[in-house]
Amino acid sequence: MTRSRRPVLLGIFAAIVGVILFLPGLAVIPMGFNGARTMRFPPDTWGVDWYLNFFTNPAWTGSLVTSFAVSLLAAVLATVLGTLTAFALIRHRFPGKPIVTGLVLAPLVTPIVILGLGDYSLFLQWQLTGSLPGFVLAYTVIALPYAVITVSASLAGVERQYELAASVLGASKFSVFTKITLPLISRGMAAGFLFAFVTGFDETVIAIFLSDPGFRTLPVTMYSSMTREVDPTIAAASAVIMLTTTLILLAYVSLTKGPHASGNARRR
Amino acid sequence: MTIADRQGLRGAFGPRAVPVGVLLIAPAVLYLAVFYLLPLLDIVRRSLVVDGELSADNYIDFFTTPAYVTILLRTIGMAVGATVLCVLIAYPYAYLMTIVSNRTRAVLLGVVLVPFWTSMLARTYAWLVLLQDSGPIKSGLALLGVDVPLLRTPAGVLIGMVQILLPFMVLPLYNTLASIDRRLLAAARVLGANPLSAFAKVYFPLSLPGVLSGGVIVYVLSLGFYVTPAVLGSPQTSLISQLIVQELSQRLAWGSAGAMSVILIVLTLVFLALASRWLNIRALFSREVIR
Repeated sequence: MTRSRRPVLLGIFAAIVGVILFLPGLAVIPMGFNGARTMRFPPDTWGVDWYLNFFTNPAWTGSLVTSFAVSLLAAVLATVLGTLTAFALIRHRFPGKPIVTGLVLAPLVTPIVILGLGDYSLFLQWQLTGSLPGFVLAYTVIALPYAVITVSASLAGVERQYELAASVLGASKFSVFTKITLPLISRGMAAGFLFAFVTGFDETVIAIFLSDPGFRTLPVTMYSSMTREVDPTIAAASAVIMLTTTLILLAYVSLTKGPHASGNARRR
Repeated sequence: MTIADRQGLRGAFGPRAVPVGVLLIAPAVLYLAVFYLLPLLDIVRRSLVVDGELSADNYIDFFTTPAYVTILLRTIGMAVGATVLCVLIAYPYAYLMTIVSNRTRAVLLGVVLVPFWTSMLARTYAWLVLLQDSGPIKSGLALLGVDVPLLRTPAGVLIGMVQILLPFMVLPLYNTLASIDRRLLAAARVLGANPLSAFAKVYFPLSLPGVLSGGVIVYVLSLGFYVTPAVLGSPQTSLISQLIVQELSQRLAWGSAGAMSVILIVLTLVFLALASRWLNIRALFSREVIR
């Protein structure tokens, strides 16, 4: 009797948790179709103005493009650095390894305001605030841990026998790397790249420090329309971002579900 | 041996491994030295130099200004509150994940993972709309006869924080709970324990590593929250991150903002040092979970 009763209660509880986790995500889609200039939810009247505005107003499209450029470049840089680091951590010994591991993961637990303040302080002196390089350099720091973790996990799962076999069959070190190792970890690298991209795409606090009126990313435009002028376009922006990141998540899941991502993964 | 030699796969044990490892790690270390450590050191410098001279004034100011200390204590209190709430919600949820079918587990996992990825800012905006005075949650509570303000209160901030932090608690917790051998519970029952004491004396102690691992990461992340309290809270609920931004943007007080940052990071580091044995960042990304 108790056996059958307990999961029911737990099930109801889990459903409530699920609604709380999902509710805000789903709610932004109708919010964007509000016909009036209010935050009323559910909206009284319906319209597509805010979605149109998001895709046509230069203030919004400009910051969307900026966000894409910044996150893309930072993700590339983080994936390259992260892959080198993963090789060093998984396959090699070097002095101070525990400290270096800690250093690489440290940005994950460093309060983001402190990173923003520090970057701002330094970049003011280097004249990198409000610039593409400034953003890319700062975002690579917070994206790197994700790239390192994903590529490491992938590299740790590579069977060394494949590489040995290729080598026995006469492949050079270079072609063992490009033809065996790299393809085996490519899914991990792609997953790390996506993680790194999303990290930059959603970053707000460092961006608030580094942005200026001429160069700002989407989260800064969204943040200021939440806190200063209430522009309902933010609902449309939220919905678009929500869908974009969800699509990236699906891509990520399909990458990590592949045959080399996990020992006994099954395709469903 | 010869195979390994030709391959250069002597790896961890060969004499040549050290230079290769150093070469591979050097770019990341140099990068982080310049773009992670240097900015932090610059903050420390600004906090300690007052009018061109070394001074602890910024720190003394902080600890002798009651308003600042209140905000610091509030930050710690909110972090503790968010952590406790996350444990209370995540524990039954993660437990359920261990006893359901594979298919249901995949759904439960997806429910946790999707918000993990979707924009934090977009979700915070959604809460802003849902929690407002004319919003659906407030009206729903009013129907039940409950009339409490949510937006611009600590409760509103906690709701937003917990929703964002929950996945960080569920994932490590599930990993631990899934590894507990449920036959131990049956054994405890056979030996005469009632379900409650079997849980309290057998299952719960075994699950503690997961609770602590999730708790550490949730607590540390809570300490640094900025956007959620800034959007969902009010000046009366502001946390240390907001205070740092305010010091800079309103007073251009680099020294004071720097000192607060150093205090916040020391607080974080001290806690992490004390709890490091429980910190397992990789658990959040383990293939077991993401699959």
